[in-house]
Amino acid sequence: MINKVVSGPEEAISDIENGQTLMLGGFGLCGIPENCINALVKKGVSGLTCISNNAGVDDFGIGLMLQQRQVKKMISSYVGENAEFERQLLSGELEVELIPQGTLATRCMAAGYGMPAIFTPAGVGTEVAEGKEVRNFNGKDYLMEYAFEADFALVKAWKGDTAGNLIFRSTSRNFNPVMAMAGKVTIAEVEELVEAGSLDPDHIHTPGVFVHRIFQGKGYEKRIEQRTVRTRN
Amino acid sequence: MLDKNGIAKRIAKEIKDGYYVNLGIGIPTLVANYIPEGINVVLQSENGLLGMGPFPFEGEEDADLINAGKQTITTLPGSSIFDSALSFGMIRSQKIDLTILGAMEVSEYGDIANWKIPGKMVKGMGGAMDLVASAKNIIVAMQHVNKAGESKLLPSCTLPLTGVKCIKKIVTELAVLDVLPEGGFKLIERAPGVSVDYIRQATAGKLYADDDVPEMAFG
Repeated sequence: MINKVVSGPEEAISDIENGQTLMLGGFGLCGIPENCINALVKKGVSGLTCISNNAGVDDFGIGLMLQQRQVKKMISSYVGENAEFERQLLSGELEVELIPQGTLATRCMAAGYGMPAIFTPAGVGTEVAEGKEVRNFNGKDYLMEYAFEADFALVKAWKGDTAGNLIFRSTSRNFNPVMAMAGKVTIAEVEELVEAGSLDPDHIHTPGVFVHRIFQGKGYEKRIEQRTVRTRN
Repeated sequence: MLDKNGIAKRIAKEIKDGYYVNLGIGIPTLVANYIPEGINVVLQSENGLLGMGPFPFEGEEDADLINAGKQTITTLPGSSIFDSALSFGMIRSQKIDLTILGAMEVSEYGDIANWKIPGKMVKGMGGAMDLVASAKNIIVAMQHVNKAGESKLLPSCTLPLTGVKCIKKIVTELAVLDVLPEGGFKLIERAPGVSVDYIRQATAGKLYADDDVPEMAFG
């Protein structure tokens, strides 16, 4: 079996260069590649285009990269929780392309499925449609949206094996499997790395063929953005 | 005149046994508290969950288990989890029976604006554009007038649109209204104690009302 294991986040991201395009998995702070983000902050690469549903919070997730002015452009569906993000956006330092969440997920999916574009009704008749080709199928209008091209996809899984097979846990799955399929180079960080053969093939969410590098991450903070609870009666 | 919980309670009456339902943030979230006994519904969260349960008990929060509002939640027996592309696949292919969401403005042709106010910080549309473009059955839950006292039911939207000709029903603190296919709001029910004239005053778009418009019934 091909071995995809690298020593850690520093080695995994060592060839990411200024000005490249990255996909980062996660929804809010759930299922984000914490170790890779910390390593990117340490490495100090800049001028990055980041495709990620959200942009983290001020002091966690992609917010850490924003603080270091490493991000040139964000492609996201919702960016509400970050004051530094807002400051850079209003001052013109940061470019932002807001796109519908399903369009974002499906443009990742298209890349991973080898399809150049998809048609979606999301955004028809709105400013999202500006400059885009509209096609009518069975009486309904659809926008043509292109597959993303990303130099690297950085994803976070629960378990992975040395062959790069991944299993995600609960709703931290979110964008991770489709981004894993979409990167020219995909880097997976996992909470638990096991030998190939230890995971049931029936339970694999992402086959190892899509994963180029894998390592066991350390010190997961797994910060909760909105802690909501009910009281016991 | 209803409060937010009253709006949620009235909308809950539209939910039928066996429905898969997507609830937006704000008043729509409250609808889950009023689903009638004996009605089986499955709540979808577009980040990738069917079968959303209540908030966890204190101490049982799981950072890996959140809803589309990023709140900690629980699963229920029969729940399933999937990636975000698949999640919007079930939305686009109309497997979700009912979508309930908030709005800043709705036009008499069913256009909706709920994501952007020019000149103010734009947070993004999240999944709203996907939902309104694909859902077969959308109910808007909102206040009838904005904080400045201006009607949110308009001849045409003034804010950037989220979707075009997609809204068919609106529930506000004053009324239940249908959007007519040929244009215009049809008054279906009045909130308790609210007159047709009062609703007409609060509605900038064309309003059609029969001579005898019933009051909303609850329970």
